[in-house]
Amino acid sequence: MTFPAIDTEKREGWNRPPVILPDGEGDVLEVAMGPHHPSTHGVFRMDVALDGERVIRLKPVFGYLHRNHEKIAEQASYLGSMPYTDRLDYFCSLSNNWAYALAVEKLVGQEVPERAEYIRVILAEFTRIQNHASSIGFLIQEMGASGTPLMYAFKEREKILDLFESLTGSRMMSNYMRFGGCRVDVSAPWLDAARKVSAGLPQFVDEFEALLSSNEILMARCQGIGVLKPDLAVNAGVSGPMLRASGVNYDIRKIDHYGIYDRFKFRVPVGDHGDIYDRYMVRILEMRESIAILGQALNDIPAGPVMNAKAKIRGFRPKPGEAYGRIEAPKGELGFYLISDGGPNPYRYRVRPPSLINLTILEDMCLGQNVADVVLIFGSVDIVLGEVDR
Amino acid sequence: MKTVEEIKAAIEAAVPGAGVEVVPNPSPSAQHSLRLAPASAVAVATFLRDDAELAFDFLSNVSGVDWPDKEIVEKVKVTRQVAKVVDGVEQQVDETVDETRKRIEPGCVEAVYHLYSVAKKHGPLVIRMKTVNRTDQVDLPSLTPIWRAAEFQEREVFDLYGIVFTGHPDLRRILMWDGFKDHPMRKDYVEPDDFEYEPTPHDEVLARAQAHQAAAGTANPEGAGAGQ
Repeated sequence: MTFPAIDTEKREGWNRPPVILPDGEGDVLEVAMGPHHPSTHGVFRMDVALDGERVIRLKPVFGYLHRNHEKIAEQASYLGSMPYTDRLDYFCSLSNNWAYALAVEKLVGQEVPERAEYIRVILAEFTRIQNHASSIGFLIQEMGASGTPLMYAFKEREKILDLFESLTGSRMMSNYMRFGGCRVDVSAPWLDAARKVSAGLPQFVDEFEALLSSNEILMARCQGIGVLKPDLAVNAGVSGPMLRASGVNYDIRKIDHYGIYDRFKFRVPVGDHGDIYDRYMVRILEMRESIAILGQALNDIPAGPVMNAKAKIRGFRPKPGEAYGRIEAPKGELGFYLISDGGPNPYRYRVRPPSLINLTILEDMCLGQNVADVVLIFGSVDIVLGEVDR
Repeated sequence: MKTVEEIKAAIEAAVPGAGVEVVPNPSPSAQHSLRLAPASAVAVATFLRDDAELAFDFLSNVSGVDWPDKEIVEKVKVTRQVAKVVDGVEQQVDETVDETRKRIEPGCVEAVYHLYSVAKKHGPLVIRMKTVNRTDQVDLPSLTPIWRAAEFQEREVFDLYGIVFTGHPDLRRILMWDGFKDHPMRKDYVEPDDFEYEPTPHDEVLARAQAHQAAAGTANPEGAGAGQ
């Protein structure tokens, strides 16, 4: 591993990472963190140049899990890619289903029945809660608190995954949504079980916060570390909790009003400092808002069909054209860009992966920090490599 | 948000000679796009970001699209003189014949950008640029200096589609490995039989065995002995 020579000319402009030169004492040490480093989940590498303990350059390297999902989707029918979207961000397969269904519905101009919209909101918010809980668990795990916080998160996550399993048949690979609705209806006992899980969630978040939020070690290691400025965050296309932790009030549920999100009362948590602690806090507060949405949705869900009667399953051929649909996935803005040439397969199928794009500013956040903090900053971005590499 | 026509007019007022054209989108999504001329793309993109009313400060998505050379088959009616025997006398007669003609419409690779505005909370605006051809003139101006969000996504388009973004600060392969030669998202990409093939001493041994068998006169015509 060798870094190319620094070309200061190319680094002009405020949106490039600053050039940090070594102080001249001792040698610069180049470290390959990963792909087998515990925090990188085995499929991600950071080439880091260190001056002492200080990071002076960092290049993320990925592609270890690349299977050209987009090319495979071009060779499958529109519906044939639906199960494959589960494998992008395998923590949030139901959000991925929704984003893809939304893009296709935009492409063909299809309506979704009201009950199906409610089911989608319920599932997406459950997904968000379990994703945020486990991503915080992983973050604390990388800080050195091995096990306990992650197990607290996973205990609650299992309850939610049990709900998913009884509805979709699978804990994680749901393959549940369809263009114009959902695959199967939810039953009354399922809704009761969902209400019960939802009613237990506030207690879980309280407990989680009592365990972590004012923990001295967590505060010492997270506050003021990995700061991301709001103007850079917007320019770099950062989205989701990362963007909001930097103080930018931008939640696609509030902006696009996709689905039926304009019917629910919820607030958008926004951070002040843009450091790791704010990202942690924004996720905690977002879980609380998701619980509020869940309560309203589970209360108001109307009876009715879950599938648009005009929706075509066989012989699905959208008219030529293109569409870009996006949702507020737990990790950020998840979008699908589809071009149809009138055939049964998409001519172009593009995933806009929030995990990949949120890594753009990883170097900016890590420069000048200690090497031990790199792992934490990386953990606070909340990525899933299945989505980064596709 | 302004319509694409109004945005086009605003661009042409601000950047003279911008060469922007509207690409209509017939699908129900009605996300029409603007095609920028590569020569003025950076100026137009800067205007789109910095204009107080448009304020497209958030570049959401960059995708490559491959449009291969298209063979267009047309039926044309052609009139020509044909020698024919009419009433026992050979004459030159006009005759109309259907003829199929093929012509090749040159392809291109396209980069599509989806813009939103965080400040004004509107979008999307779709802008696109296309290369001259698919082989040797595949460079487009990079928009990374304007939106940092394009950094990894343009690298991905370079990697998978082979568009060379001039002005990109760090244009390297991102998903495929560095030694990889082709661009796998292109429509005419053929994947190799064996990704991990590399010559090994085993091949030399086989070649020596084949040469030996040929000299000894024992080689069978199908080479089955050498292939095992």
